[in-house]
Amino acid sequence: MKEFALKSEEKFHSHYLNIEKVNKRMTTRLFINNFVKYLFLASTMFGLIVLAFLIYTILRDGLGWINMDFLTNRLSTLPERAGIAGAVVGTLWLMFVVGPVTMVLGIGTAIYLEEYAKRGRFHSFIQTNITNLAGVPSIVFGLLGLTIFVRMFGFGPSIIAGGLTMSLLVLPIVVVASQEAIRSVPQFLREASYGMGATKWQTIRNIVLPASMAGILTGVILALSRAIGETAPLVAIGIPALIIPIPSSITDNFTVLPMQIYYWTIDSVLVDEYASMAAATIIVLLIVLFLMNSVAIIIRNKFKKRY
Amino acid sequence: MGKTVSVKDLIRNKDKKNKLMLKAERTIPFILFALASISILTTVGIVSTLLYETFLFFREVSIIEFFTNTNMKPLSRVEPSFSILPLLTGTILISLVAMLVAIPIGLTTAIYLSEYASESVRKAVKPIIEVLAGIPTIVYGFFAFTFVTPILREFIPALQSTNALSPGIVMGIMIIPLVASLSEDAMNSVPKAMREGALALGATKLEVTLRVVIPAAISGIIASFVLGISRAIGETMIVTIASGSSKNFTFDITQSMQTMTAYIVEVTSGDAGAGTTAYYSLYAVAFALFIFTLLMNMFAGHISRKYREAY
Repeated sequence: MKEFALKSEEKFHSHYLNIEKVNKRMTTRLFINNFVKYLFLASTMFGLIVLAFLIYTILRDGLGWINMDFLTNRLSTLPERAGIAGAVVGTLWLMFVVGPVTMVLGIGTAIYLEEYAKRGRFHSFIQTNITNLAGVPSIVFGLLGLTIFVRMFGFGPSIIAGGLTMSLLVLPIVVVASQEAIRSVPQFLREASYGMGATKWQTIRNIVLPASMAGILTGVILALSRAIGETAPLVAIGIPALIIPIPSSITDNFTVLPMQIYYWTIDSVLVDEYASMAAATIIVLLIVLFLMNSVAIIIRNKFKKRY
Repeated sequence: MGKTVSVKDLIRNKDKKNKLMLKAERTIPFILFALASISILTTVGIVSTLLYETFLFFREVSIIEFFTNTNMKPLSRVEPSFSILPLLTGTILISLVAMLVAIPIGLTTAIYLSEYASESVRKAVKPIIEVLAGIPTIVYGFFAFTFVTPILREFIPALQSTNALSPGIVMGIMIIPLVASLSEDAMNSVPKAMREGALALGATKLEVTLRVVIPAAISGIIASFVLGISRAIGETMIVTIASGSSKNFTFDITQSMQTMTAYIVEVTSGDAGAGTTAYYSLYAVAFALFIFTLLMNMFAGHISRKYREAY
């Protein structure tokens, strides 16, 4: 009996209170913890370093090509005479179509979903549909544009065909942003408006939309910046490599900055200068995107109302 | 003074205005409904065009051959043959390389930002990483083709000038922010009390992360991986530029390969006129692509909804 008690005491000590052993294990655990911390930090830095490299190589290759002539000349097969004026104007045209179309469709859809549609099967059906559309690869939208707008409607690879295709692609961004903005307008504002005798539409137009405008505009700008950076749908609708005239109407053929980058990059195996010209065009595109995103952030911060 | 206005006229005007307003009140829901239906029409348009042209394609090419043959020569004048297998292996291998880059780096970045970094570091680093997500894919394509491939060729002399490795790596870099920010959101929603409980029991931060935070956030983390894969499968420009257009059935990532997306680009921007078999084949490929990405996205939504542990 006594023996047994002693034995169990021994066992107790050896298993639970061996300070040396515990300390030794603790040191390794703490060491691993610290080591892994730096490993994780290094992997976080990896993303930042790659970003720095990417920007550095593009600036190194492209900065020398940027001058007034490059920005204002038309496209040409001769590197020294080629410029991106057509692509810049084409990009502006594209925004000119995508902006209004997505605003009308996106805000309309969002108002319908948030203010009019009854919560139920149909509501969740549209909502799921929008979520799924946001995940469809952009090249598939390009095929849709090719089949419907270019071929069926006979628009050809024109601004209107490209703009409508791109509008459908970025529509989910505007819808989701507008829905969030409308949802964040507090209920008491609507009730106060109804209390003054306003109708539902009057309330939406005079109270809800102005209060959610900052969020909606942020969404529209983000959608536009997605649209002007996208290439795949426009390649799919068949925009040719060499568009020399500058587009002047909505039915004209056109090219945009990303398309120009694409063609110059794949042809850089033929003409060395094309790689630098692609890099220079990338600089222009990134500056435009940076400015648009800054505007979006400013709008969001400046007009964000807290209720 | 101005002209006199009769009260009757005023009332009549007001009535007119009210009627107009009521009319608007009744029609506006219908207009908005019509606008909301455009998104459904878009889906219907995508599915129906893809289905219809795919059907036309499979009248000319046997569906079994399409999935079992390994010979892909769509534009051959002598004997065109169609097979999705080379495109599938290309897509899967490049996505695999991308995920081998994006998952470890994205997840550890998420762990660092959510568990280790101080609030000020987090606030500074997170937006910079998200810049990576905002860069157009064509820029990544340029980067892969003119910068990453030449560097890799220094180390791997056998690497072709267009190959699957370089676009895979660059695509992985593009997907890092997606994996990182979704995983970080999932980890952030794990309540602090659970971490503090484990820390109080003597666990190190790493042990807390591996045994408490990650298991609790696993649904969101897996969802971020699946969305990343779906993104990789649907990505077009990086592979079109940097991975070439070889349709050989191979598993060697130093070789040129074509993905499903790059095939669509090649055929639409190339020589196949409407009505040819090659033209229809691109819809069959696009249909497969559409189904894959749709299933992935729905799967991701499903796991993040169903297996979410709510606290």
